[in-house]
Amino acid sequence: MDIAGALSVDHLKFLADGFKVTLFIAFISIILSFIIGILLGTLRFAKIPFLSKVVAVIVETIRNMPLLLIIFFTFFALPEIGVKLSPTAAAISALTLFESAMLAEIVRSGLNSIDKGQIEAARSSGLTYIQTLRIVVMPQALRRMVPPIVSQFISLLKDTSLCVVIALPEFMHNAQIVYAQNVNYVIPIFVVVALMYFIVNYCLSLIARRLESKQA
Amino acid sequence: MIDFSILIDNLDTYLEGFKNTILASIIALIGSFIIGVIVAVMRISPIKPLNWIGSVYVEFIRNIPLLIITFFFYIGLPSIGVTLTGFVAGTIALAIYTASFIAEAIRAGIQAVPKGQMEAARSSGLTYLQAMWTIILPQAIKIVIPPIGNQFINLVKNSAILGMVAGLDLMYFGDLVSSHTFVTFDVYIFVALFYLVLTIPLSLGVGYLEKRLARSH
Amino acid sequence: MFKSKTTKIAGVLLLSASMLLSACGKDKETSGSAKNALEQIKANGKIVIGVKYDTRLFGLKNPSSGEVEGFDIDISKELAKDIVGDEKKVEFKEVTSKTRIPMLNNGDIDAIVATMTISEERKKEVDFSDVYFDAGQSLLVKKGSSIKGLEDLKKGTKVLAVKGSTSAINIREKAPETTVLEFENYTEAFTALKSGQGDALTTDDSILYGMVDQDANYELVGGTFTEEPYGIAVKKGNKELVDAINSALKKMKDNGKYDEIHKKWIKSN
Repeated sequence: MDIAGALSVDHLKFLADGFKVTLFIAFISIILSFIIGILLGTLRFAKIPFLSKVVAVIVETIRNMPLLLIIFFTFFALPEIGVKLSPTAAAISALTLFESAMLAEIVRSGLNSIDKGQIEAARSSGLTYIQTLRIVVMPQALRRMVPPIVSQFISLLKDTSLCVVIALPEFMHNAQIVYAQNVNYVIPIFVVVALMYFIVNYCLSLIARRLESKQA
Repeated sequence: MIDFSILIDNLDTYLEGFKNTILASIIALIGSFIIGVIVAVMRISPIKPLNWIGSVYVEFIRNIPLLIITFFFYIGLPSIGVTLTGFVAGTIALAIYTASFIAEAIRAGIQAVPKGQMEAARSSGLTYLQAMWTIILPQAIKIVIPPIGNQFINLVKNSAILGMVAGLDLMYFGDLVSSHTFVTFDVYIFVALFYLVLTIPLSLGVGYLEKRLARSH
Repeated sequence: MFKSKTTKIAGVLLLSASMLLSACGKDKETSGSAKNALEQIKANGKIVIGVKYDTRLFGLKNPSSGEVEGFDIDISKELAKDIVGDEKKVEFKEVTSKTRIPMLNNGDIDAIVATMTISEERKKEVDFSDVYFDAGQSLLVKKGSSIKGLEDLKKGTKVLAVKGSTSAINIREKAPETTVLEFENYTEAFTALKSGQGDALTTDDSILYGMVDQDANYELVGGTFTEEPYGIAVKKGNKELVDAINSALKKMKDNGKYDEIHKKWIKSN
């Protein structure tokens, strides 16, 4: 093991560049998948004839596939039918697609957990269905959904590492370039990469717990 | 149209991968369940050091990518003299990773069993471990079946990580078929279908259990 | 952002449609841009070239300097000098054996200069320039290994290769009894060899020399057993760009620049 060689200033700078890409990709994907996830989850919950069924089939199909396969598919297979994406766009698309489906399910069960009586009461007080969802149901459900949503975001951040397969210059990819130089770098680099992920994700989970205990 | 000849011509390859994906998933499930129960019991045990080890395990492992754990076993361990094949390294990594989630689910389940039961069991003369094993765990397991089922589905999906370390699974062989036939779209569609054959019934099963348990409460 | 969302939704629909109806129209459309690729490059004032980042001597990202270095890099700079007029007017993007053709077809890069063998299969997907380097497939083993050549790759031996490379396909024909394990890129494959995950690593000798250069505990054995002529690839149907590249290559060879680059990176043997 060569800890000093592996963790030279230049190497750390290079790893930091990769980590920035990881955070960037994860951040964009989190925002997009949050919006799409809420949309899909609500559509599925609302039991609109036909549409909700279609959404259910799409969500279930995506959710039950390995993310790695979706990443491969987005970058290597979609060009065959004319959809051409750069590694960055492919990474964001694949992550957003998968995480939206995962979030849709969280949103749906969050909405389901709200007492049906409330919906009826709101409707009979003159609110439309959409208003009821937006004003009465969603705010309560969202509060309950915070912990699972944050753990899904943590998953997303971890899953960004899979984009190494499309040569996205993210954290894991840059780590590979560093440890490829010398086999004695492998373990020290792994430790650094694991620690960086751990620090960021652990902070996220602490925030989630804070939010959770505030509600209680 | 999807070209089915790709599937038929490479059926043996697909099936070999499919078999290994199932095998890795089952072994990793059993492994992760055993580790998960041990870690969960450690986390709620009254002995502080055990408690601490359990917490560190869960918090550390579930906050780092599975890919790192897999690479660690495949190319990290050899530098300290332990060489594992891609299949073995990947399966161990899956078990260790999934165990952190299963441990959390089981801990939540154990804590859902009313505290009075433990006290009653202890006062009737059972040791802590006996009470845990015969009274608390059986009830907790029932509560945690749906979340563990969800973790198993995740595990099956995550097993695609074996493809990154030449683990001879469905993802790996699918990838090889595509790079040797120069066909990507159709090849991956069939890979996806093989995964869905495993995960969709599991999802439906877990959904059914969730509903049934929710009703029985 | 909106654009990527729409493509994403399109992606979902395409995926689900193809799965549910198992119907998909495969239009292998060639992008019918008004300007040809060469004019477009000149108009942009730079050429974007896909190179390897993990292949010592040909294209290697140096994590200390942040620069990519190697034979392919210097050739690319010469191309830029000839086509765009300045060797600095070149932008490098990383490709792997697996990602290079999609990157080219997606329009991310104008050309591939990435240890790419000209093969009949690939000619169906891309257009190649003249040969700019002659490589041949060989084997890399740890010094003192019992494997001395192809004939030693018997049942029970493991050979490591890279997904999407011609060598992964060739080795199965030349040594049908050996087990071939394939990895995403050369970094993973060589790290796996060093970790004892295989008995030999196979790819072009040129790339293997780079690995020896990095770690002298490894050596090439058995000579070369295929011919791997490297070409520069561009999108199909770009005759003007291929011609421009060929004339740049010819100029390099005539004025001695090619030999200079060759000598700088490739040891004479």
